[in-house]
Amino acid sequence: MLSFLAPAADVGAHGPVNPWVALAYLVAGVFFILALRGLSSPATSRAGNRNGMIGMAIAVITTLVTHDIANIVEIGIAIFLGGIIGVTIARKIAMTAMPELVAGFHSLVGLAAVLVGWAAYLNPGAFGLLVGDGISAVSKVEMGLGIAIGAITFSGSVIAFAKLSGKMSGSPILLPGRHVINLGVLGAIIVLTALFALAGPADTLPLIVAVTVLAFLIGFLLIIPIGGADMPVVVSMLNSYSGWAAAAMGFTLGNTAMIITGALVGSSGAILSYIMCRAMNRSFISVIAGGFGADDSGGGSGEPREQRPYKQGSAADAAYMLEQAEKVIIIPGYGMAVAQAQHALREMADLLEERGVEVKYAIHPVAGRMPGHMNVLLAEASVEYDKVFELEDINSEFAQADVAFIIGANDVVNPAAKTDKSSPIYGMPVFDVDKAKQVFFIKRSMGGVGYAGVDNDVFYMDQTMMLLSDAKKMVEEIVKALD
Amino acid sequence: MDFISILSIFVLACFVGYYVVWSVTPALHTPLMAVTNAISSVIIVGGLIASAEAGSDVAKWLGLAAVVLASVNIFGGFAVTERMLAMYKKKDK
Repeated sequence: MLSFLAPAADVGAHGPVNPWVALAYLVAGVFFILALRGLSSPATSRAGNRNGMIGMAIAVITTLVTHDIANIVEIGIAIFLGGIIGVTIARKIAMTAMPELVAGFHSLVGLAAVLVGWAAYLNPGAFGLLVGDGISAVSKVEMGLGIAIGAITFSGSVIAFAKLSGKMSGSPILLPGRHVINLGVLGAIIVLTALFALAGPADTLPLIVAVTVLAFLIGFLLIIPIGGADMPVVVSMLNSYSGWAAAAMGFTLGNTAMIITGALVGSSGAILSYIMCRAMNRSFISVIAGGFGADDSGGGSGEPREQRPYKQGSAADAAYMLEQAEKVIIIPGYGMAVAQAQHALREMADLLEERGVEVKYAIHPVAGRMPGHMNVLLAEASVEYDKVFELEDINSEFAQADVAFIIGANDVVNPAAKTDKSSPIYGMPVFDVDKAKQVFFIKRSMGGVGYAGVDNDVFYMDQTMMLLSDAKKMVEEIVKALD
Repeated sequence: MDFISILSIFVLACFVGYYVVWSVTPALHTPLMAVTNAISSVIIVGGLIASAEAGSDVAKWLGLAAVVLASVNIFGGFAVTERMLAMYKKKDK
């Protein structure tokens, strides 16, 4: 299948392979593996990213030198144009907008896969896919799958982007009979791909058009019923799809760099989805089926909430008690990102540390809208990463903490996950904030509850003080009071 | 290359991916997504071939469009990953 590397266009799918070219693509693949390997620690991560760039340069240059380029100027302009746009976006984007940026980038990979698949369909000779006067059935299956997965990635990511950036409501949109519709469309895509593979050269066009259109449709249908809290899973899942799309194209073109990369990215996204689902104690299927907290999923949410007494405090009260504390654990959530409170929070932590208070940060795997979202925001505010801990590493420390400081998080500290079997979040691992001597809970108002739509007993505990205000304003006031 | 060789590479790469990604520290999961995004744009190779070879004008323009999209992703993905990773600092005051 590597025969497209030979200059003649009609060698067929099993023509001779230039070993040096194959080797170059393999080396590119190895550099991509090293790029991910570098991310095992922040210390080696930047070298890893460089390896990724080297791998990409090898792949692109190899492709360019092994082909008779008819229009190098146009290609140069295309790369330059894309490069300028990409670098500009990367420089300007706010760190809080990272989830929608990643979703947007996924959509581009998906669309590029669709375009490449179509180009290969229209000009199989260029890719060495011609066998006689048509494309082989195996190549057509790979091509159809690549186009379908690419199209799903594209339309799904566009919806995810719209939801994450607030251009579309984040709440689930539930169509009646959506499971039947989705399964029907998926089945149709598989049948049409099979027909496409078996059809004679003259009859393939309407079939591949139908596969493409239906795949765009199913990507859209799959993501609209999924709500805001499940976005970390969706973003990871689309990450995975973009990898599988690249892998499928790699099969079509017989390109090892694309196959290795596709497999790496595909498994990466799949593992992240798994980690996110485990952190919410939900099955992947139930997330994909959609409608978290919006349909008949659980008891706890529906019943009218009684008014229970709670204690409200001021920034000055909080500052006073924080100063007295020996150990403070901060739990950030999506609300911190929305309020852009990370810089003020760092300032507060600095002032406390000057007074000898030990400050640590505790991060739940699903805090925020994508895996690692909170870590990036804290890093942006120059919080050293050795003060930031994962759930299982810090949960035992709450018993020794004087203050658990919750800012913009809710479901991840809800004890109902441990005790209330009827709660939609039952079984989700949560922080044991109830073990801390005091709990400060920054929240806009008592009205809103977490994305799961369940009440939180932490609000009403004796040791809890509610700080009802915008997260950034409240933290800034605490900073003022500490000064 | 025959289908089985390609499939072997694919299956082994999935295993490599599995073990490598589990070793990524959770603190770097966002940069992980950004960088995987960038490298999955190696699909640019397909766009380059389509736009380089003569034979079909439509395929050429589709290829060029794919090259633009993938380039946005490659440059944007690596740049934003670099920007994020530069922010991760250890305590060394």
